[in-house]
Amino acid sequence: MARAAVLGRLTWQLGRVVELLDETDRVRSIVLDLPEWPGHRAGQHVDVRLTAEDGYQAQRSYSIASAPEDESLVLTVERLDDGEVSPYLADELRPGDELELRGPVGGYFVWEESLGGPLFLVAGGSGVVPLRAMLRHHAAIGSDVPVRMLYSARALEEVIYREELDLLAASHEVDVRFALTREWPAGWQGYRRRIDRALLQEIAWPAAEQPLVYVCGPTGFVELAAGTLVELGHDPARIRTERFGPTGA
Amino acid sequence: MSPISRGFRGRRRAEADPARVPPGQYVTDDFPVLSAGPTPHHPIESWSFTIQGAVDEPVSWTWAELQALPSETVTVDIHCVTKWSKLDTVWTGVSLDALLEGVETSAEYVTAFSDGGYTTNLPLEDVRGGKAWVAYEFGGEPLEPEHGGPARLLVPHLYFWKSAKWVRGLELREEDEPGFWETYGYHNYGDPWREQRYSGD
Amino acid sequence: MDALDGNAIAGQLFDVFGAELTAATAVCASCGASSHVAEFQVYLRAPGTVARCRSCTAVLMVLVTIRGITCVDLRGLAGLG
Repeated sequence: MARAAVLGRLTWQLGRVVELLDETDRVRSIVLDLPEWPGHRAGQHVDVRLTAEDGYQAQRSYSIASAPEDESLVLTVERLDDGEVSPYLADELRPGDELELRGPVGGYFVWEESLGGPLFLVAGGSGVVPLRAMLRHHAAIGSDVPVRMLYSARALEEVIYREELDLLAASHEVDVRFALTREWPAGWQGYRRRIDRALLQEIAWPAAEQPLVYVCGPTGFVELAAGTLVELGHDPARIRTERFGPTGA
Repeated sequence: MSPISRGFRGRRRAEADPARVPPGQYVTDDFPVLSAGPTPHHPIESWSFTIQGAVDEPVSWTWAELQALPSETVTVDIHCVTKWSKLDTVWTGVSLDALLEGVETSAEYVTAFSDGGYTTNLPLEDVRGGKAWVAYEFGGEPLEPEHGGPARLLVPHLYFWKSAKWVRGLELREEDEPGFWETYGYHNYGDPWREQRYSGD
Repeated sequence: MDALDGNAIAGQLFDVFGAELTAATAVCASCGASSHVAEFQVYLRAPGTVARCRSCTAVLMVLVTIRGITCVDLRGLAGLG
């Protein structure tokens, strides 16, 4: 099933919006019913295509937020202020609407148990979406691969999947740490700054443990995190990156 | 045919007199940044603009020399092949007529070349007669790097891929040579009013 | 503007090649650097998609969709596999 998801035909399909979930002020999850969906691997994404009445089309890629084991396909979209597609998906889309998409795509930024670990997941802003799919998959298969996640966001209100991540963090195999970069609540015990070398050194697995690292977020964030991890001795071949367009982190 | 996405309208379009909008274009108030590569940052102290190729001797201007030339401020409409148009844009720069003055050549074509390796080709007559500039200000402000600063070619009567960002000079040629996008299937000339987007249009 | 990476063109490449390519290894014809397709420096917002070598910024791949047909130029690659 997983291999078919990668090698199967990549055709445009129509999904129906089943449910919409507000994750934060700017972020919404879209639950889709897709009768022809072939299944996917954690970390993959889809291309979404919108068509206006005059035939104008716009296309963007969105990471799949759901695990392969989840019942429905879920996309999580952040509204970009000057975006063309994201405001439509985050604000206008309604249950019952149809959404044209193709996928799943991606064979590089994926995790499954055969790839091993320990895992270090580094998320900047909405870069958490594909990493959350990996965490859900990890939990669904009962994996005992140890996982650490570092999630950088501007403020606590902007942390996506907060409750779910707190629950996962309560389990002994997953360690989730947050770095808030612009504002934090009184008494905040997590990090209060942008990620930097010292922070990564504290949180990351030691290079000697040869973790498998996945970094996802805005380009600047990804390059800082990945570059710093290499400086700390991590093997570049064990660091996988996915750069998003500009978001806040 | 794709189904219509209910309620999707795309980027907010600006109102415009249809007579000013070439076929297939949408008018925007934004100024989208389209790029084929990283923004170059060439130090201004070593920047130059050169006219070379089918000439007796190349002619070159440093940044200071370019700034010292008489400049013009023009208001023009610009049209990108990706379908957006922006009306009444204001640019300041040196006319190509001023730069080509005194340059004798039998060349009929030019290839504009830029930092970062980008090129685009035009007939020489399309950069003469008040139709082209080396522009270094947009809207009265120094041209930003992401929009082609310190200076870009400005040839508004053709699709905007011909207005090479980060321009460093013109190669005068007796034979036409397709530039970057022209090589990949875009139209050799690129007249928005005849909708010459792709080779064969 | 910041470049994305080869993950952003996974769908386009699948369209052209009929196969998932982001995990494939590519060799830059300019500098010889080897990387995954996913690690290309990708510029999407242009008349076409330009993928560059992360080491030397030479153009590796150009994808252009004209009249519904996507063509890919691979002359910047010394190898892809």
